[in-house]
Amino acid sequence: MNKQISLLYPKASCVIRRISTPRARCDSELQPRAKSDPQQLVGVVGLEVHAQINSNTKLFSGSSVRFSAPPNSLVSPFDASLPGTLPVLNKRCVEAAVMTALALNCTINKKSLFDRKHYFYADLPAGYQITQQRRPIAVDGTLTYSILGGKKRSQVIRRTSTIKQIQLEQDSGKSLHDDLRSQTLIDLNRAGVGLMELVMEPDMSCGEEAAAAVRELQLILQALGTCQANMSEGQLRVDANVSVHKPGEPLGVRTEVKNINSVRFLSRAIDYEIQRHIQVLQRGGTVQNETRAFDSKSGETIPMRDKEGLQDYRFMPEPNLPPLIVYEDNASLPTGIDACQAVVVQEIRAGLPELPSIKRDRLVQTYGILPEHSFTLVNEDGLVEYFEAVLKATTKEPRKVIGWVTNELVGHLKQRDMSVSQSPISPSALAELLERQESGHISSSVAKQVFQEMWRSPGKTASQIIQEQDLGLVSDATQLHSICQKVVDSHPVEVHAIRNGNKKVLNKLMGLVQKETKGRADPVLVRAILQEKTS
Amino acid sequence: MLGLTIREVSAALREGRISPTELCRKCLNRIKRTRHLNAYIAVTEELALKQAGEAEARLLRGAPKGPLDGIPFAVKDNFCTENIKTTCASRMLKDYTPPYTATVVQKLLNQGAILMGKTNMDEFAMGAGSTDGAFGPVRNPWSYAAPYRERTGAAPDSDWVVTGGSSGGSAAAVASLTSYLALGSDTGGSTRNPGALCGVVALKPTYGLLSRHGLIPLVNSMDVPGIMTRSVSDAAIVLGILQGQDTRDSTTTAAPSSLTELPEHFDVKNICVGIPQEYHAPGLSEETLAQWSRVADMFERAGARVKRVSLPHTQHSIVCYHVLCHAEVASNMARFDGLEYGHRSEEDSSTEAMYASSRHEGFNDVVRGRILSGNYFLLKQNSEHYFVKAQRVRRLIAEDFKRAFGSGVDVLLTPTTLADAARYSDFTQEDNRTRSAQEDVFTQPVNMAGLPAVSVPTALSSRGLPIGLQLIGPALQDKKLLGVAQWIEQRVGFPSITGAIKHMQDGSFDSFIIRHCPCEIEMRPVLCFMTC
Repeated sequence: MNKQISLLYPKASCVIRRISTPRARCDSELQPRAKSDPQQLVGVVGLEVHAQINSNTKLFSGSSVRFSAPPNSLVSPFDASLPGTLPVLNKRCVEAAVMTALALNCTINKKSLFDRKHYFYADLPAGYQITQQRRPIAVDGTLTYSILGGKKRSQVIRRTSTIKQIQLEQDSGKSLHDDLRSQTLIDLNRAGVGLMELVMEPDMSCGEEAAAAVRELQLILQALGTCQANMSEGQLRVDANVSVHKPGEPLGVRTEVKNINSVRFLSRAIDYEIQRHIQVLQRGGTVQNETRAFDSKSGETIPMRDKEGLQDYRFMPEPNLPPLIVYEDNASLPTGIDACQAVVVQEIRAGLPELPSIKRDRLVQTYGILPEHSFTLVNEDGLVEYFEAVLKATTKEPRKVIGWVTNELVGHLKQRDMSVSQSPISPSALAELLERQESGHISSSVAKQVFQEMWRSPGKTASQIIQEQDLGLVSDATQLHSICQKVVDSHPVEVHAIRNGNKKVLNKLMGLVQKETKGRADPVLVRAILQEKTS
Repeated sequence: MLGLTIREVSAALREGRISPTELCRKCLNRIKRTRHLNAYIAVTEELALKQAGEAEARLLRGAPKGPLDGIPFAVKDNFCTENIKTTCASRMLKDYTPPYTATVVQKLLNQGAILMGKTNMDEFAMGAGSTDGAFGPVRNPWSYAAPYRERTGAAPDSDWVVTGGSSGGSAAAVASLTSYLALGSDTGGSTRNPGALCGVVALKPTYGLLSRHGLIPLVNSMDVPGIMTRSVSDAAIVLGILQGQDTRDSTTTAAPSSLTELPEHFDVKNICVGIPQEYHAPGLSEETLAQWSRVADMFERAGARVKRVSLPHTQHSIVCYHVLCHAEVASNMARFDGLEYGHRSEEDSSTEAMYASSRHEGFNDVVRGRILSGNYFLLKQNSEHYFVKAQRVRRLIAEDFKRAFGSGVDVLLTPTTLADAARYSDFTQEDNRTRSAQEDVFTQPVNMAGLPAVSVPTALSSRGLPIGLQLIGPALQDKKLLGVAQWIEQRVGFPSITGAIKHMQDGSFDSFIIRHCPCEIEMRPVLCFMTC
């Protein structure tokens, strides 16, 4: 599934990779919250995240789940709410929710219930959504994420948000409004796809925190495989509840911001909304409790007209689904229950993959790299694997390899909107290049030149390029002697300074020699020769 | 031949005394001759003859599929049938053709049973008279039988009696000998009530024993497909075929035993029959009470223990039933918005306006009334006071039954209805809501508790109309329940339908049909609206 999507939509699957934690200012950044001015209005942010479950079929029907299939091609009688059809719960969706809940340290409710939430909307064919209002599948979890702070943004600050609950529910269809012909077209392909709704407590204070939390959540979901978590494809949808207050006082009136389709926009939408609330209050106005949409073009939020008015959802238990029971372990399965029909928490726990935070800690400890580098590695899909593959094929120290991967490689990839798997330079090719440098065959500046050449001509090895363009170090002593002599002769002032004890000036002379040799001179040899000639 | 039971006609088919095609034609002819009853919304003549031909080939090869191969049956028009219109007797679905078949219907088809048509009902099964459907009321076949005519001197065109409901068409189909069995649905008594008033055996199985997949719901938590036949043993045969878990209905349970034939002689010496005192309700007719006592005495004389029991919360049941029913109705009916299927209004000024007028035009007053009150009960400020409270009382009602069965009672014996069938002109003096409250008083507590119950015809009233009694059993004890029901059936001597309606077949009766039912002349496969 994963592969298929990225094959079909290589462009779209990159969008997410381009997004790193945005660098918006966060007032509380690095300041312990207790210290902030009690008279100052501060933002309070809570998120509601809808994560589309990565499953072959829908939550209550056997229709396939696929992004961008022809309209209404993935619709069963149940999805179209034909009368007499009944929901049949998809075990995979339950397992995905349990796995996600475990990864987020939730308490799993061994018994959960389904409810109907009623409202009329054209893309909700039954007139109600099946959700879990009274007793969701999981409660009381945490999401730990980090933001980068400090002057150079190299300090990692850990934050934890509380997850109130995770509930299973149905996705709706899609309405396509044709304003020109004033008609609405309905596509039910998405209707009935399984969603996990994560309701988070309002314990964040700015866009940057929310963005970092959501980015971390994306990585967790992708590591688990429970959601592809691509925001631009709507697999992950985030609504933000925003209010402002003075610390210690009750929360202000909140607004809900919807229509946010990237992590970057999430941050901008929240910060815009917090500022808007503050401005309204400072002007002496009152904030309206309303739903607003984020307009990514203007960077503003605007009231959503069709969501106006109070909805009474008339919740009612879903009578066609018995309580959902999950079991702690195989021993607790009641007799007569088919083991392959049961969801067993212990089995799912045992199958949990390495989570991003654990992976980052491991990378820092194993390879001695900086924490911020571990973020870069884990943020890009496949980059850790790339990095580790390079290490295997080179004797160069990890701390010296990391820069090549996080700066050269990622820089080139991002410039061209490419994913790691699309890199024209394979890990072994990069390793070969680094080996040539490590063995003193080429200088580091030449190595960068060779890297660019390798990028331009995929398939050519570093050795080929070095040979073809004669980039190998000049280590012929006679040749270097004569070049060094020329430099020493033409720079009497510098030579004088060196002889008076200012050894730093030697570096300038070295640079001039490298300029002459286009960076190919063996620096160790050059230094020795120059030292000799200036002593 | 038409008056036989399934067991008898099945034997006749195997012995070659009649062929499935002949039998099918006889039933089709009879449907035409009894069209004035308005029992069928659609008659699937072509399909029936095709199926009969196939059954005939199997029987000729000596390889019938089972006891139902070649047996004509009818299905209430709220069970989905692939490529056959399924209307729920509503304008909303009058042109709706489902793309799939309900599990219970499919099981009968798989057995080689022959579908004669879809039967009339109250719109969306909301009613207790089969008088509130978009295709007009159903007439009780006993209205035209000798006993009623002779004892009341009733005029045929004005004094006919209702079938009860909401599965009145199915009851009329079995009673008027056009089908050997019919499927109804039972939410608050919709199978047992018309079963009692039309003098047929009507079984409401344990909730979850039969699949609801493809049954257009009234109240999901109470709906059960119902079985109507001419004998208890026939009901047992059909139950054996229909019961069992269905992966497409998560509320189904596995059948406790594969129900084979009932024992011919059931010993009642070791059973305890409970008589719930609360069922001595106001409005219970003298005659029904007399039948109740008569059968209780029969049990006693036969050595059964008969004891008075109390189900103290019964009196609150009907009110709570209505709250829960209306709430689920409001929810279930939300899907009928005219978008994906069903009636869509011409109104197109906005989506909301289109919804409103589609639903106004598509549903009758009864349905709209229940949607309105159901939504009221579910409002945030009302839910606790109405819906949640009714659910609590529902549990108390279920516990009443549990306590009674826990105290050694094997079955409960009660009346099915307050009295025999009312004349249409009398019945329609009261509105649907009042009638539903009166008619379902003895039947809906069973649905609240999910228990099996069966109505058995016991006698004709002084007006010559059937009276039925109800037996209620513990959950999943359907087979035992039918054993007791058969014991009653064997002893009450309910008059044979064939004898009682012989009158219908004489010439004067046919001329009546032509005189009073214009649609009969056109012989349209689908009945015309009202008035006939």
